[in-house]
Amino acid sequence: MNLKLKDIVPQLITVIAVVLIFGFFTYNAQINMENRGIDFGYGFLSQESSFDVQFSLIEYDGSHSYFRAYLVGLLNTILVSVIGIIIATILGVIVGVARLSPNYLINKFAAFYVEFFRNIPLLLQIFFWYFAALRALPLPQDAEAIFGVFFLTIKGLYVPAFIWQNFSIFFYSLVAAVIAIIVIRIHAKKVQENQGKQIPVFFISLGLIFILPLLSFLIGGVKLSFEVPVLKQLATTSFIYEGGVSLPPELIALTLSLSLYTATFIAECVRAGIQGVGKGQKEAAASIGLTPNQVLKLVIMPQALRIIIPPTTNQYLNLTKNSSLAAAIAYPDLVLVFAGTALMQTGKAIEIVSITMFTYLTLSISISILMNWYNKRIAIQEK
Amino acid sequence: MSKINFLKPDRANLNTFLYAGSFLFLISFLDVFFNSFFNLNLTGFLPNFLSFVLPLVLGFIGLYFIRIEYSGIKRLDLLNKHINTNNFNAVLSLLIIFVIIKSIPPILSWFVVDASFAGDSKDVCTGTGACWTYIKVWMRRFMYGMYPNAEQWRINLSFISLVLLGSVGYFATDKFKKYLTLYYVVIYPLIAFLFIFFFISGGPVFFDFSYGIIAAILSIIIGFFIPGRFKFYYFLIVPLALYIILKYFLFFEEYIELGKLEGLNWVETGAWGGLSLTFIISFFCLIFCFPIGMAFALGRRSGFPLIRYISVGFIEFWRGVPLITVLFMSAVMFPMFLPEDFFIDKLVRAIIAISLFEAAYVAEVIRGGLQALPRGQYEAAKSLGMGYWKMHIFVILPQALKLVIPGIANTFLALVKDTPLIFVVGLLEIVGMLNLAKTNPEWLGFAMEGYVFAAIIFWIICYAMSKYSYNLEQKYKTDI
Repeated sequence: MNLKLKDIVPQLITVIAVVLIFGFFTYNAQINMENRGIDFGYGFLSQESSFDVQFSLIEYDGSHSYFRAYLVGLLNTILVSVIGIIIATILGVIVGVARLSPNYLINKFAAFYVEFFRNIPLLLQIFFWYFAALRALPLPQDAEAIFGVFFLTIKGLYVPAFIWQNFSIFFYSLVAAVIAIIVIRIHAKKVQENQGKQIPVFFISLGLIFILPLLSFLIGGVKLSFEVPVLKQLATTSFIYEGGVSLPPELIALTLSLSLYTATFIAECVRAGIQGVGKGQKEAAASIGLTPNQVLKLVIMPQALRIIIPPTTNQYLNLTKNSSLAAAIAYPDLVLVFAGTALMQTGKAIEIVSITMFTYLTLSISISILMNWYNKRIAIQEK
Repeated sequence: MSKINFLKPDRANLNTFLYAGSFLFLISFLDVFFNSFFNLNLTGFLPNFLSFVLPLVLGFIGLYFIRIEYSGIKRLDLLNKHINTNNFNAVLSLLIIFVIIKSIPPILSWFVVDASFAGDSKDVCTGTGACWTYIKVWMRRFMYGMYPNAEQWRINLSFISLVLLGSVGYFATDKFKKYLTLYYVVIYPLIAFLFIFFFISGGPVFFDFSYGIIAAILSIIIGFFIPGRFKFYYFLIVPLALYIILKYFLFFEEYIELGKLEGLNWVETGAWGGLSLTFIISFFCLIFCFPIGMAFALGRRSGFPLIRYISVGFIEFWRGVPLITVLFMSAVMFPMFLPEDFFIDKLVRAIIAISLFEAAYVAEVIRGGLQALPRGQYEAAKSLGMGYWKMHIFVILPQALKLVIPGIANTFLALVKDTPLIFVVGLLEIVGMLNLAKTNPEWLGFAMEGYVFAAIIFWIICYAMSKYSYNLEQKYKTDI
């Protein structure tokens, strides 16, 4: 070890500075809390929360604990993020491909979409959908049915509920189908490598994923029925729909704006990815006799995905973090339920804000670790 | 005339196909056009569904007829190449054309034709269009927030002088251009800070304009006789010194009456708002987050492990949490960390929070630039005997920063788009003011106009920024 003074001093100074800053903050926090009579601790999590949340995926009311309220908020955040990610991906891929279309009109239309939605603050878009666009929807009693079963009203979207019998059998049949498809794929790959024969995996998979669940209906005694929402009069001017599933307008506005906004960024990632694959690759693949579909599947996509996936995951992360804007329109997500209402009631600022931040931090870091692992796996192995 | 096969347009019957195709396309176009602009349903005699899809079918057949390769007519070939390559593209093109035609009249009527512009009360807004009167009446609030009307010239003056100060770079002679970096990094932020913060918030006179002007004129006149070598240091020191001497030693209050300010009224930061607050916050965060980000980017690439871990921790922490929770922290948690009688204004707290947050993103962008530089650059600089700081200031950073201009511009764009979030700490910039205005009982029901107005403003700002960054990128493009 040849530690030199020159190496140690700057590090020492930095560490001392950081320690001093943190020490200063903790010291002040202790004094402040003593003066105000607040004690530090996470014991409040098991206390009764005594506030209601208007929309929750799990059973919850005021008699449950603060920890349960935290879970409600977390699940709502995850719900909005997952729906948003699915819609944004579909839309983003379509728009990204459209931007590369040789068709002038489609190309410009996609470019217009991207430039338009990317340059307006997300919060403004959320406000626009929630306070302006969705407020223009009809009242429940005036709403016209879409396809006879959906009702889009100012109080939210009402969709029919699925009522299952023997749902577990249906679910197992799906799982079985997926496992069968994986087995067949592995088998097909082996057959192709050994004998050069190609098995039409795609059609077999398509068949399996339909036939097995269908069998479960025919043999397994699975029954599915719909419960269509029905208009019900509460008072002379007040109507609601009963039955079915209702999606609150906050959720609709939030998913709509999040996915429209994030889709623009995903579209750019997709475009960059496809453009990043050299033209020579395509021509080389065509010249060895691959069909256009095979070129896309075997040559272009694997290379494009390598470019597309890392920035797209970043966008997924951004979407998840941006879903915290829900607090602005009172969608009960983690920030509103926990860092808003629960903080107001308990006054435990440090504990609650730190838990909220830690939750988001865990989400982001776990996704980025997963991504790094995936990136390493698909990266070109250079020798 | 050769035989015509209508399923297979060919060159031999070019004219026939061209006329037939154009005619069909024109009919479908006119049908949609009359339908949307004059509310005339030309095909109303047909069943509902058929009348709905007829233009699409006709247009599709028309486009099919005119899809003739190498027709020899330049325009037709261009048309075929760009919007009519195959059946699928033809249908999509038709759909887009129809959607555009269909959407023009309602948009036009809402924005202009049926909109009300005149008057200054809600009564004029009776039409179905937008009520721009609402924007007109609330304009001052949207621009300046709750800032007193009589004092708003201070905000205007600050921004105008900042723009003038900032444009120095554009008009400076080449001789002074080498000092511009120093000016933009050190002097300009200082002046800007003094100007915006103290001038807009007011309080006691912080700067006597009369003394300042005399000092400036005197120093410029003397400046002509200073040799070029010292000019820079001269202008760095003398005007300020002259100002101090004039104010505190030579002249006394009673000698000078010329345009002296009486002291400005104090306007607390809670009253600031509107679009000007958006600018103020973006401006300060932009100034602060850049050096912090640069420091952490260098720290993350530093050879000292402890400094590297601290930098990584800092960057990953801020990047992992949403801005809204950071602002929550600055609002409810941060005051707990300060000594009891120590108070930091909430605007300052918000600016610090946003700066730290964006600094992490800037750091990552700059790190990308540092990593992209070939090792040879570092080695060459070291072999010339440069130390760490010299190497970074003169060799590495200029190249790395050039590389990451688009990335930094994107971060700044994100910063501008993030400013509306300060509603969390109770500050109302333009979006916040809109939400406040729409709850005013006299002006209920005009949320749409307000949001559209703000969206247009933000769109113009952000689009201009992104185009500007694109131009910068093109301008500084160098091959390494």
